Amino acid sequence: MSDYNFAYLDEDTKRMIRRALLKAVAIPSYQVPFASREMPMPYGWGTGGVQVTAACLKADDTLKVIDQGADDTTNAVSIRSFFQRTADVAVTECTQEASIIQTRHRIPEAPLHEGQIMVFQVPIPEPLRFLEPRETETRRMHALADYGLMQVKLYEDIAKHGEIATAYAYPVKVEGRYVMDPSPIPKFDNPKLDNSPALMLFGAGREQRIYALPPYTSVQSLDFEDFPFAATKADHSCTICGAVDSYLDEIITDDAGGRMFVCSDTSYCSERAAS
Amino acid sequence: MADILAGGFSNAPHQAAHAFRVALDAMARPGTRHCLETAKAPAPLSQAAATLLLTLADTTTPVYLAGACNTPDIQAWVRFHTGAPLAQADAAAFAIGTWEALAPLERFATGTAEYPDRSTTLIVELAEFGNDTHRLTGPGIDGEATAYLPGDRLARFPLGVDLFLTSGATLSALPRSTKIEAL
Repeated sequence: MSDYNFAYLDEDTKRMIRRALLKAVAIPSYQVPFASREMPMPYGWGTGGVQVTAACLKADDTLKVIDQGADDTTNAVSIRSFFQRTADVAVTECTQEASIIQTRHRIPEAPLHEGQIMVFQVPIPEPLRFLEPRETETRRMHALADYGLMQVKLYEDIAKHGEIATAYAYPVKVEGRYVMDPSPIPKFDNPKLDNSPALMLFGAGREQRIYALPPYTSVQSLDFEDFPFAATKADHSCTICGAVDSYLDEIITDDAGGRMFVCSDTSYCSERAAS
Repeated sequence: MADILAGGFSNAPHQAAHAFRVALDAMARPGTRHCLETAKAPAPLSQAAATLLLTLADTTTPVYLAGACNTPDIQAWVRFHTGAPLAQADAAAFAIGTWEALAPLERFATGTAEYPDRSTTLIVELAEFGNDTHRLTGPGIDGEATAYLPGDRLARFPLGVDLFLTSGATLSALPRSTKIEAL
């Protein structure tokens, strides 16, 4: 514990990230460049989220870390123990008890409340990147709010597949201005972003970008009048807790076609199963 | 000469973390008032403004001291505690002063269309928070809120300056995303 500064990062780095975070909150969903540091874990393991969490943590926080909804998978366990070692903060698996929730690719099922901070790990923060590889061009497109290309992409989905085939990292428009990548959360979670009472922070370490959604911000999933956005999930109930309203993981149980569907949010599922 | 060595953080990692979360909460919920009182700079700088400076300013962020804040004592305090270079208004990352001393706001950077984040953050020192003068709507506000503001500011979203309002140990914020309307 005493081998590290509080929350691992040095104070200069935390100040730099904190300034970026304040700009990000002031310009909702605009991607603020920041000088991402090398972290003691590989890119792609949540280095952006870890840096944002480190810059936000204070000693009396209660931290929850989830990976695809689960508290007990490798990424979640290692990041949680990283902050237990370097910041000595309390940790929890209960969504309601947490003051900061770092997440990889899910938003918890239990409703968030005012004062909570969600920190998302983001691999590719630029929603237009797969349509236009040049940063200079995507930056100009954001400046001009020129998002026709994204609508064409969604239209081509419909022309090819009969529906918008994007199932995760489904693009959203924030406060009628910037188009934003909500990180690879399933589109089932998109409605939870809209008008949320919690503060949402997004960190992309390799891509060196930070962006944010303040509480009570309008977040609309892109769609068409005749093909409205629909949040989808597997048409089953959870085998363990019976929930019909939660996002489900499909688990293969044998090599003869056996499968089961269980809640991806382990905390939600175990609390339901216990009660 | 005031004791410019005094009034800083005694435990920087924890005090800065606490102060940042207060500032983040203020920026995320425009118009709400918060308490920030850890640092103490020479008069007339408020505790809230002094604490914000220690939390956010360093050698990479030029600071502009406006009007009555531009005293040798405060210059020395800012230099010693943050290392921030003192700069003119148009080059500042942070500018501190009363509403009157900061005017005209046109001289501060509001960012560019491609990089709206390259803007000045103003720390506006108030004698006191008066009665609510404006109705606020926009991100961070559930429906609408009312707050005391010393006046209107430039905001051509996404360009604009972000404001922290400080008085004594009280802090409030007004990001550029907030739409304001006089009551």
